[in-house]
Amino acid sequence: MTREISFADAVNEAISETMRKDDDVILLGEDVAGGADVDHLQNDEAWGGVMGVTKGLIQEFGKNRVLDTPIAEAGYVGAAVSAAATGMRPIAELMFNDFIGSCLDEVMNQGAKLRYMFGGHAKIPLVIRTMHGAGFRAAAQHSQSLYGLFTAIPGVKVIVPSNPRDAKGLLISAIEDDDMVVFFEDKTLYNVKADVPEGYYTIPIGQADIKRKGDDLTIVAIGKQVQIALMAAEKLEQKGIQAEVVDPRSLSPLDEDTILKSVQKTNHLIIVDEANPRCNAATDISALVADKGFDFLDAPIKMVTGPHSPVPFSPSLEDVYLPSPEKILAVVAEMIDDESIVAI
Amino acid sequence: MRASQVQQESLTSEKAKWMYQKMVEIRQFEDQVHETFSTGVIPGFVHLYAGEEAVAVGVCAHLDDKDFITSTHRGHGHCIAKGCDLKGMMAEIYGKSTGLCKGKGGSMHIADVSKGMLGANGIVGGGFPLATGAGLTAKLKKNGAVAVCFFGDGANNHGTFHEGINQAAIWNLPVIFVAENNGYGEATPFEYASSCKSIADRATSYSIPGETVDGKDTIAVYEAAQRAVERARNGEGPSLIECKTYRNYGHFEGDAQTYKTSEERDEHLTALDAIIRFREHLVANELSTEEELHGIDEQVQEAVRDAVEFAEKSPLPEADQLTTDVYVNYKSGEEE
Repeated sequence: MTREISFADAVNEAISETMRKDDDVILLGEDVAGGADVDHLQNDEAWGGVMGVTKGLIQEFGKNRVLDTPIAEAGYVGAAVSAAATGMRPIAELMFNDFIGSCLDEVMNQGAKLRYMFGGHAKIPLVIRTMHGAGFRAAAQHSQSLYGLFTAIPGVKVIVPSNPRDAKGLLISAIEDDDMVVFFEDKTLYNVKADVPEGYYTIPIGQADIKRKGDDLTIVAIGKQVQIALMAAEKLEQKGIQAEVVDPRSLSPLDEDTILKSVQKTNHLIIVDEANPRCNAATDISALVADKGFDFLDAPIKMVTGPHSPVPFSPSLEDVYLPSPEKILAVVAEMIDDESIVAI
Repeated sequence: MRASQVQQESLTSEKAKWMYQKMVEIRQFEDQVHETFSTGVIPGFVHLYAGEEAVAVGVCAHLDDKDFITSTHRGHGHCIAKGCDLKGMMAEIYGKSTGLCKGKGGSMHIADVSKGMLGANGIVGGGFPLATGAGLTAKLKKNGAVAVCFFGDGANNHGTFHEGINQAAIWNLPVIFVAENNGYGEATPFEYASSCKSIADRATSYSIPGETVDGKDTIAVYEAAQRAVERARNGEGPSLIECKTYRNYGHFEGDAQTYKTSEERDEHLTALDAIIRFREHLVANELSTEEELHGIDEQVQEAVRDAVEFAEKSPLPEADQLTTDVYVNYKSGEEE
């Protein structure tokens, strides 16, 4: 049975359903309960996260399993790493992925490396949930998409879901997983609603999903940009161009086969990623296809990304920062040398 | 502020001899690594614990395998005091496949989670959040375990000191923070780098007990740790113990130690030496005899010799081990 719920509610369900199933699963982060120990506050008035995503969990699971932390990311993310190494299955919420600067050591040098440095004699079943993405008028320190940074670190798995259904199934898989997973939630998707199955289900980490089939052009898009790519694909159909939209869903591990097979079929590749353009998911996937799929290509690989600049505040600038269906169409026009596509 | 006064159990002869043995194991192991390192056999770089034995052993004497410790780049002593195997340790330092971490960690990352040893750590200040997390597990699982964070005077100025101790204090976690103040963070004197007169003073900020002890007086460390561990096991929360100590060698092997005075070095290697003083204490208080202790010395010599031989004879890791142990599983595509 499915019903229409929001991305935020899908995330909430993934957490509550795994917490019901496994007592070792705990949630910790800044205001994930939201007002712990405030005397006059009834539990149902607690924030449940700064965006309300974890609302209701404190009532069901109590203060021992839903822990508000000090605003001290190194302290609680590091504690979550070690709690995982010593027998818990923590979900740590890093409110905005931009705050990784305050706890990168705990992720990069501790959590990601303990298992390897210990010769395999440890596992770190930890999920770090974190908010990313531009378009919220949140300016440069609350709008980045830093999944490329984590994808570069061995020992970390990286998931970027594009819709509510995937978010729930992938988050349950991440919590069940015995490795450290960084799970990205686009803040502008939280209110997007879609059909989501009831109950407990998983979607395997490392499996891309073809969101739209097509024979003429492959568009690999990351996170929310899958929706933008689908809008572009609909417009292209008016011109008789069938675009295939591939959603990697997880950047580490990356489902290379699905991407390569699609390019082998369509002979054209565009990658859409709102993150900055250097050393990132888009360049990584581009390098993959240049290396292993060069002979499939009839045209150079194109990328539609944010520019090499911080995310700006002013709406007029931020809107230009982000990829759009129009930007994708402009690239297609150039790729197949057909100016008329820009005007669709 | 002192930890709540608890009934001090007197040191039994059996425990005292175990402690003496562990201290001698650390000293001889480190002296051996010092000697071998100079021949170029050991890859990389090492930081030796010799001189600070009373701290690791005085604290770990109160712990068992279910208790966790976090350590530092100067971690060999903590490993030995927590029960890590000398052969496995030496092989790890040599980079051999038989090492405790299959040669993938080396001196700075020796670990044995089955013994509650959560790893030496190459990042100064890395241990505070980790010990807090192990304490959180102990509290949630109600298994009576405690976590100990060993850290140096250099780490006491790191931001994680504040974040880790504050968090342990607000959650009332069973964690003991043990400062090993050996006077120098690398080559920089403690007095230069720290605005406080003593690390223990900083405990006041977190409303937890903090005390400073002579870290080369094994009994003093043992008793302070006993108060803190009992407090933690009783659910009364974290404590901070500052042990004033000294490292016999440099920050790393090859360090000319120009920042030390020859007077302080001589004094610490003789009159103030922790093993000499503990040995005298054991004999004077009839906890052991010269003969027994001499027997332990010889037994340890043999164990360290065996560890070296084991490390030398062990094979290096094969190339196919390069990318194993990164993940528990790392599958992609249809093979799922």
